[in-house]
Amino acid sequence: MNRLPQVWTYLAQEPLLWLTVTLFAYAIGDALFNAAGRRPWVNPVLIAMVLLAGLLWVTRVPYETYFEGAKFVHFMLGPATVALAAPLYGNLDKVKKSALPMLAALVAGSITAMVSAVAIAYALGVRGEVLLSIVPKSVTAPVALGISESIGGSMTLTAVLVILTGIMGAVMATPLLNLLRITDWRARGFAVGVASHGIGTARAFQVNETAGAFAGIGMGMNAVLTAILAPILVRWFL
Amino acid sequence: MILHLAVLLAFQLIGETISRGLGLSLPGPVIGMVLLLGLFMAVPKAAAAIQPTAQGLLSHLSLLFVPAGVGIVGHLNWLGADGLPILLALAVSTALAIAIGALVFVGLSRVMAARE
Repeated sequence: MNRLPQVWTYLAQEPLLWLTVTLFAYAIGDALFNAAGRRPWVNPVLIAMVLLAGLLWVTRVPYETYFEGAKFVHFMLGPATVALAAPLYGNLDKVKKSALPMLAALVAGSITAMVSAVAIAYALGVRGEVLLSIVPKSVTAPVALGISESIGGSMTLTAVLVILTGIMGAVMATPLLNLLRITDWRARGFAVGVASHGIGTARAFQVNETAGAFAGIGMGMNAVLTAILAPILVRWFL
Repeated sequence: MILHLAVLLAFQLIGETISRGLGLSLPGPVIGMVLLLGLFMAVPKAAAAIQPTAQGLLSHLSLLFVPAGVGIVGHLNWLGADGLPILLALAVSTALAIAIGALVFVGLSRVMAARE
């Protein structure tokens, strides 16, 4: 029995435990999501996040140790982004036909996301570095961090805001778009990708493949547009 | 399956090389995606071959955000005294951006369809 602490010391340090636990936490989140009739507010990412963060807090294992195991999952984000080319190719005819609506929706969605977030935060008394960190929150994480740094925001805070925005978008998209009676999967997916990047795109793929493909395009295009617009908006208004 | 995964990684590698080599703000995987789309358009057979692997990866796209998500929980105190205003700003702006983006898309496609 007194070997238990030794076993724990080994397991807590090795990638095996945390990789396994990450997959199980997600499996639990996914099972709850399915059991709840795939309702958007039962978000598997959020459930897995809360379970794992709670476990780390209870066991006092630092995030860095956890990430040593979880990084294998995290790494797959790169090839998965490249893989978005497949649904994009499958929907190429639809994409070509909707180039103009896409561009207009991109500009409208991107500017709305930036300006309304900053305006609301400013009206509620948020200033300085924190305010600047909000600007790129709708953009996929690697690009958002770069933008945040270049306009004088805090990269750590931006990382938090990007994930929160993604989860909010994933949770609210379906009820909101149903409320607006928008049935066009292209429009639904694209708007979600622009406003809530990869986590919104993952949600779109859960609902409809065309929506997922358009969300992926929205995410990619908004990364480029925000990188161009954010410094200009900051210079004009902040 | 292994070959297809290797192709995806190779395109990410090319994308990263271009992104860093030219100092672009666009991340490597996004450039890799565009290049792979180019390959699919030139060689449609490649698209059919890689499709199942790509679909397998994308059907679990949500899982891949979990490790980064766990990291933010420890940083929630970064929101500090501004926590509530920030959460409100994020929620309202995300809802507005989704609604306006989708409405503009639908509105413009209707106008275009009416003109045809």
